[in-house]
Amino acid sequence: MPNNEAVLSVRDLSVYYGEFRAIKNISLSFQANKVTALIGPSGCGKSTLLRCLNRMNDLIPQAKVEGEVVYSQQDIYDPLVDPAQVRLHIGMVFQKPNPFPKSIFDNVAFGLKINGLTENIEDSVEKSLRSAALWDEVKDRLNESAMTLSGGQQQRLCIARTLAVEPEIILMDEPASALDPIGTLAIESLMRDLTERYTIVVVTHNMQQAARVSDETAFLMMDEDRAGYLVESGKTDNIFQNPQDERTEAYITGRFG
Amino acid sequence: MSRSPRAEFDGELTNLQNEILVLGSMVEKAISKSIEALRSRNIDHSREVIEEDDLIDTKQDEIEDKCIALIARQQPMATDLRQIVAFLHITVDLERMGDYAEGIGKIGLLMGEQPPLKPLIDIPRMCEIANDMLRRSLDALVKRDVGIANQVLKDDDQVDGLYDQVYRELVLLMVQDPKTIERATFLLWTAHDLERVADRATNIAEQVIYLVGGTRGLTKSSRY
Repeated sequence: MPNNEAVLSVRDLSVYYGEFRAIKNISLSFQANKVTALIGPSGCGKSTLLRCLNRMNDLIPQAKVEGEVVYSQQDIYDPLVDPAQVRLHIGMVFQKPNPFPKSIFDNVAFGLKINGLTENIEDSVEKSLRSAALWDEVKDRLNESAMTLSGGQQQRLCIARTLAVEPEIILMDEPASALDPIGTLAIESLMRDLTERYTIVVVTHNMQQAARVSDETAFLMMDEDRAGYLVESGKTDNIFQNPQDERTEAYITGRFG
Repeated sequence: MSRSPRAEFDGELTNLQNEILVLGSMVEKAISKSIEALRSRNIDHSREVIEEDDLIDTKQDEIEDKCIALIARQQPMATDLRQIVAFLHITVDLERMGDYAEGIGKIGLLMGEQPPLKPLIDIPRMCEIANDMLRRSLDALVKRDVGIANQVLKDDDQVDGLYDQVYRELVLLMVQDPKTIERATFLLWTAHDLERVADRATNIAEQVIYLVGGTRGLTKSSRY
């Protein structure tokens, strides 16, 4: 996939939880093979936006989405689209590592098995673990419980599990916030490596992390009615060196509020 | 109540800027004193300028150390980042201006008691304008004023013009009377040092433009 091409576009997106509007009128594109960071204060709708990108909000009763999320020339909220298919192409990694209480092997093989992709399953598991930079650490203990791994290893296992079904886009919700600096470093280097084949959208509270790992940054804020909106987006270098909007400036320099 | 980390950081940035102003004032005095010593054949004063350059160098080290410590502790972004980067550049420029003053001090020693080649008029004038540019570049820094900074960039032409004039006069003297060559060369070095002081003042002005807007001012090739 050539660079500088939007693989995913959000158009005039608003999300409601019941009466409460969580985000409003967000339009934003995500470039292929780039890391896009979503930053902003707590409650500004970063995670809500992220969860809309693979219909994870469908799991929340009363959640209603307006606007479009276009992937492969199709609105993923089109009634004809199967959300499970969307999630095959657009995977997600969560804040806390959430391995299944199964073996390391079975964790990675899980997505393949439920999707009937059982051909060459051992090769696929190895490939995913290698891509997640975990293979060398676990290759001799694939049948041990995933719970024996460290937090950082568990998070890489979850990334391997996501990679196994070969998505095009990976959504990450604060993937390193529960990890120590060494675990964080491993995840951050992994994110850089993964852009060779994948597009990444990451929510992070850690501004330095956004500055280190992302190519593009979008800054969201909460309006007076508590709905999140997009303030500014652009190249990470520009956002962190010379933001155009004074609200971005205030937030990233810690003068907010 | 103790101050918030952000207020603390702002305080440290202000202190850093004040230190730069102190350094600027040390440099400005050194430049004036070096030219005045030359004009009045005061070897003691020339020697003092040379010795006092160590104080300027020490001050530069102090400011740089503080900038580096702030980068390490605060991991500055946006205006904070541009500010500290600008401070570092400005400090280097000021230190180098101090070196030019020291150079002129050394010329003072070399010229010693020799009779003046001619009354010094244009060189003190260059000194006056260059120092004024220095003062105004730091004023632009304090006020975050791009207008003042741009004026400093323009004023460099005056110093360049005077330098050309001094150069032509001194070459003429040397051609007419080879016995003047040594003393004329000393004065030419002096004029060149002052011309460089003015250039460094424009560097400071450019840093202010960068700090305020995040963009570069006029490019060097368009000014020289």
